[in-house]
Amino acid sequence: MPDLEQFRADTRAWLEANCPPEMREPMRSEKDACWGGRNFEFQSPAQKQWLDAMASRGWTVPDWPKDYGGGGLSPAETKVLKQEMARINARQPLTSFGISMLGPALLKYGTEEQKKHYLPEIARGEIRWCQGYSEPGAGSDLAGLQTKCEDKGDHWLVNGQKVWTSYADQADWIFCLVRTSTESKHGGISFLLFDMESPGVSTKPILLISGYSPFCETFFDDVKVPKDQVVGEVNKGWDVAKYLLGHEREMISGMGLGGEKVALGKTVGPIDDPLLRAEIAAFDVDSIAFSAMSERFIDQLKAGEAHPAMPSMMKYAGTELNKRRHELIMAAGGSDVLEWESERSKEGKAARDWLRTKANSIEGGTSEVQLGIVAKHILRLPGT
Amino acid sequence: MALLSDDQKLIQETARNFLAEEGSIAKQLRHWRGIGCSDGFGHDLWKQFAELGLTGICIPESVGGAGMGAVEAGLVLEEIGRNLTPSPFLTTSVAAVKALEGSAQAERWFPGIVAGETVAALAVDEGKSHNPKAIALQAKRSGNGFALNGQKQFVVQGKSADVIIVAARTAGSPGETDGVTLFAVEKGASGLELENVALADSSKAARLVFDNVQVDADAVVGEVDGGWAPLSRALNAGRAGAAAELVGVAAGASDMTFDYLKQRKQFGKLIGEFQALQHRAAHLYGEIEIARAASLKAAELLDAGSDSAELLVAVAKAKAGRSAALAVQEGVQMHGGIGMTDEHDIGLYMKREAVLSELFGSPRFHANRVAELSGY
Repeated sequence: MPDLEQFRADTRAWLEANCPPEMREPMRSEKDACWGGRNFEFQSPAQKQWLDAMASRGWTVPDWPKDYGGGGLSPAETKVLKQEMARINARQPLTSFGISMLGPALLKYGTEEQKKHYLPEIARGEIRWCQGYSEPGAGSDLAGLQTKCEDKGDHWLVNGQKVWTSYADQADWIFCLVRTSTESKHGGISFLLFDMESPGVSTKPILLISGYSPFCETFFDDVKVPKDQVVGEVNKGWDVAKYLLGHEREMISGMGLGGEKVALGKTVGPIDDPLLRAEIAAFDVDSIAFSAMSERFIDQLKAGEAHPAMPSMMKYAGTELNKRRHELIMAAGGSDVLEWESERSKEGKAARDWLRTKANSIEGGTSEVQLGIVAKHILRLPGT
Repeated sequence: MALLSDDQKLIQETARNFLAEEGSIAKQLRHWRGIGCSDGFGHDLWKQFAELGLTGICIPESVGGAGMGAVEAGLVLEEIGRNLTPSPFLTTSVAAVKALEGSAQAERWFPGIVAGETVAALAVDEGKSHNPKAIALQAKRSGNGFALNGQKQFVVQGKSADVIIVAARTAGSPGETDGVTLFAVEKGASGLELENVALADSSKAARLVFDNVQVDADAVVGEVDGGWAPLSRALNAGRAGAAAELVGVAAGASDMTFDYLKQRKQFGKLIGEFQALQHRAAHLYGEIEIARAASLKAAELLDAGSDSAELLVAVAKAKAGRSAALAVQEGVQMHGGIGMTDEHDIGLYMKREAVLSELFGSPRFHANRVAELSGY
């Protein structure tokens, strides 16, 4: 343990010296996040300085191996780093689907060459990734995807369309599920990486009910992709996708935890309506109970005692809870929070956030899909 | 750490095997119900609890107990809930022990509890709903001690109890926490009228009328006017314990239901193939897991003496009550007609859930406490 205490002291001193004061202020909105990438416009010199400083130590991905641009820290050291960052309210230096989604899949399924090539770029925030999974005809039934990927000898040829591609219009590269064989539904899918600047790729943002456009339609028209850009075996991409979805569901289920340390009833101002107070109290019971469940789930995961389908239960419960939270925030806010375009309402922040939560139980597998997974794999109920 | 230690897993396994074997519905609940037993539980089984060291699970080792806490008691209670085993464990070994702990009365009653010879009860409620602050039963100084006047209800196993811990008012008015005093009133005290009532789940609770019941000064548990602290300790232990038992009731009812979905055929299919039932079953599974996590967390915080224990106990009791209610309601519904028959066990779970949810405060009482403790 003395080594860990030394590490803590060193880390604290280094963060003190290298984290710019502006990067210790809370983020005002999602727009303050640093996404990195070829075309990213830094909000301030401090934002770039903070990213570069952390990346130079591999601390944007502290637990990845040093060979791949990571910090090579042990789980205990990673925890210390997070604690020390939280102590000074340091912002995340880099928010990235490369870190949270592609990275773990590459670490497990990538070749040595792929890891050496792609992971350091992710760690340094040089390449911004997007995820090409859903298609107009393949949402909940993701494995029904049709984007065609033909073997043309010295390259792959990709044709088709993706939808709900988060930030595709701002991404540099895409990790994408494509159909390399029609002989088997699940066994004909491959996991392909390619540059969004490749000829034949185009994107179109989708305006959502919240007024935001975080998602795009993405079109592939005779896109040529080098042969070595498949992750895992050809036609075995479904394994990679499932592994990655597990990570995504854990991430999304965490959304239900937002602010659980403080009871909702304490955050919505005075509650005069006894019926509303009762609903909020019932919500707080469920919310605090769910945070106990999250703690237990994480401990079970670490100890290898969690059922493999448990993330589905957590995703379902967490996202449904988050939707309920925002319904109650709207109820408590009355007509104040219905204002959409006013400075008073921060341009309708509460209402837009409320509408955004409706996607929680759709993206990453709908609530109905999660319940089906629990029924089949945990309860072992009969049928499909 | 929200996982069990090896020692705790051993206790869980011991309790699970023992209660599945000896505490089963056929051997205990249906047996005692069938013969109209006035205790509603078997003293032989209570002796077996003692032989396994369970009766004194929360009693300090220095007084012959196992010196364990709410987590371990909860593990036993989950198995009691799963088997609907009637026993004095929750009221005697958890709630009453916590009321007596550290008082002069402890020496008097703990050896009998450890030996499985003594049953203790807790008399708190005076109206149809749990509201301990409203205690009005009057205790006035009289001679060498006190004279008790008033009434109590929902005194679980009051008729079987050798000692009843009675929460009375020695000062202040109903609604105040100061001025409450706990008294250990022995069985057969003069002026104590007791009506033994069978509840919906075939457990027994007493209605008590105190007509000038004289007790000595040394019957006081803890301090005169300072009974709120030991009463809260007892109630919180009882609530956490009831939450764990409710999780067991929910788990027992849902396991029975999930099995039924895999056996019953209609329209040429197993009914578990229907998505309408699959999704409800999966939702129920999640609610029970969450209730178990909350119940375990509450017990851990109680054992650690944490400031947040009270909040988590309220959360756990409310959540476990709601989840168990869902489990038994879905259980009866998914069993269809057979679920309405007395012959099938699923209805017994529904009755037990109703009693346990009300005991030591309903889910609404505890949701309100969550709001109060959170400051709104």
